[in-house]
Amino acid sequence: MRDFEFEAPTTLDAAVALLAEHNGSARPLAGGTDLIDHIRTERLTPDVVIDIKKIPELNILEHSADGFRVGAAVCCSRIWGDETIRQRYSALADAASIIGGTQIQNRASVGGNICNAGPAADSTPALIALGATCVIAGPNGKREVPVESFCVSKGKTVLEPGELLVEFKFPARPAHSGSHYRRFIPRNEMDIAVVGVGASVTLDGETISDAQVSLGAVAITPLLAKEVSDALIGKPANDETYKAAGEVARSSINPITDMRGTREFRIHVTGVLVERVLREAVHRANS
Amino acid sequence: MANKRVVTCTVNGREESFLCKPQQTLLEVLRDELELTGTKEGCSNGNCGACTVLMNGKPVVSCLVLAVECEGAELETIEGIADHGHLAPVQQAFLENAALQCGICTPGFIMSTKALLRENPNPTEQEIRFYLAGNLCRCTGYDKIIRAVQDAADHKIASN
Repeated sequence: MRDFEFEAPTTLDAAVALLAEHNGSARPLAGGTDLIDHIRTERLTPDVVIDIKKIPELNILEHSADGFRVGAAVCCSRIWGDETIRQRYSALADAASIIGGTQIQNRASVGGNICNAGPAADSTPALIALGATCVIAGPNGKREVPVESFCVSKGKTVLEPGELLVEFKFPARPAHSGSHYRRFIPRNEMDIAVVGVGASVTLDGETISDAQVSLGAVAITPLLAKEVSDALIGKPANDETYKAAGEVARSSINPITDMRGTREFRIHVTGVLVERVLREAVHRANS
Repeated sequence: MANKRVVTCTVNGREESFLCKPQQTLLEVLRDELELTGTKEGCSNGNCGACTVLMNGKPVVSCLVLAVECEGAELETIEGIADHGHLAPVQQAFLENAALQCGICTPGFIMSTKALLRENPNPTEQEIRFYLAGNLCRCTGYDKIIRAVQDAADHKIASN
């Protein structure tokens, strides 16, 4: 592997100062499951690698009455191993438990997943469905960005040189709400999504009073599918509604054909997954 | 050129200090500096699990860990599995079930199995398959490995 310097700051200020000092030639290291491979293959050529796992803010995992916060460096196995996340923010636990195998889940972080800005990132649609906000620290202080606006293109995010993703903030889950993330892959596990769908629903009796649906691997970035969410609100929670939402999702996307699937297949599978994900999210909301 | 760093960690219960460059992976240091060549290099990109070791009790692929990250860590490798020259139940179970042919994937499978049985002493077949999904084997077709893990779990229950 090519030569680089290594730093492991223990405070957020020190990390931001290091990132700013090296203006674009430093890369933060969380789990390294993408970064180390990218350095080895020279897709990335940083002069400095900054291990951010010793910074307390990036390791936070905290539930409160206002919602929940998860640090950008928290690894997937810690996320799906958290009972409150499994029960109340299930879509995130679903995604964290299917990224790579056991070894990858013990290192890879949800923050790293979104910072790589891959169109098929599994955890990003889950974050979007759950209404997460990204907290970013930089030389000019902190700012917040809705998670659906964080990725701007394949491999590109809103992060400016010197900025670091610190944590995700989630609103508290209303009563009678449920969420789910599911992807289609040709294998049982250890693969990249052909299509991924996340959904969060809130029920008022038999009626869907709130919904947020997200789609992965059907565009250059993971999407908040607003048309689909809007089509659900006020509708009865039944198969007819899920099917109609699937049709709205199909007509709202413009995916590409690549080695993982054709455009036509992606459009078809998106509808199927939207139906199934909604059914499961509603089931969870009811239980 | 980045300077070499001194890293101190525990390897199989023994404190070790080594010198490494920031770009050296844990896999490289284990094999080339500490001469622990039981950990195998497969794909070197995190897909195959051949280089699995336990870091602070958790399975990780050592090709995707920088050795400098291991300061203060507790590492367990295949060399630490046998008990005073006697095969551990997991090793014995792999042997008796013919759960290996070429053997390159075996140290990784055994390390993952060790962690699995610590976390979940009586896993179902599905739990075993899911936990070991990050370890690839091109020889056995997996069924014999699954049977070995089930046997090791039974032994463990019997010996505890």
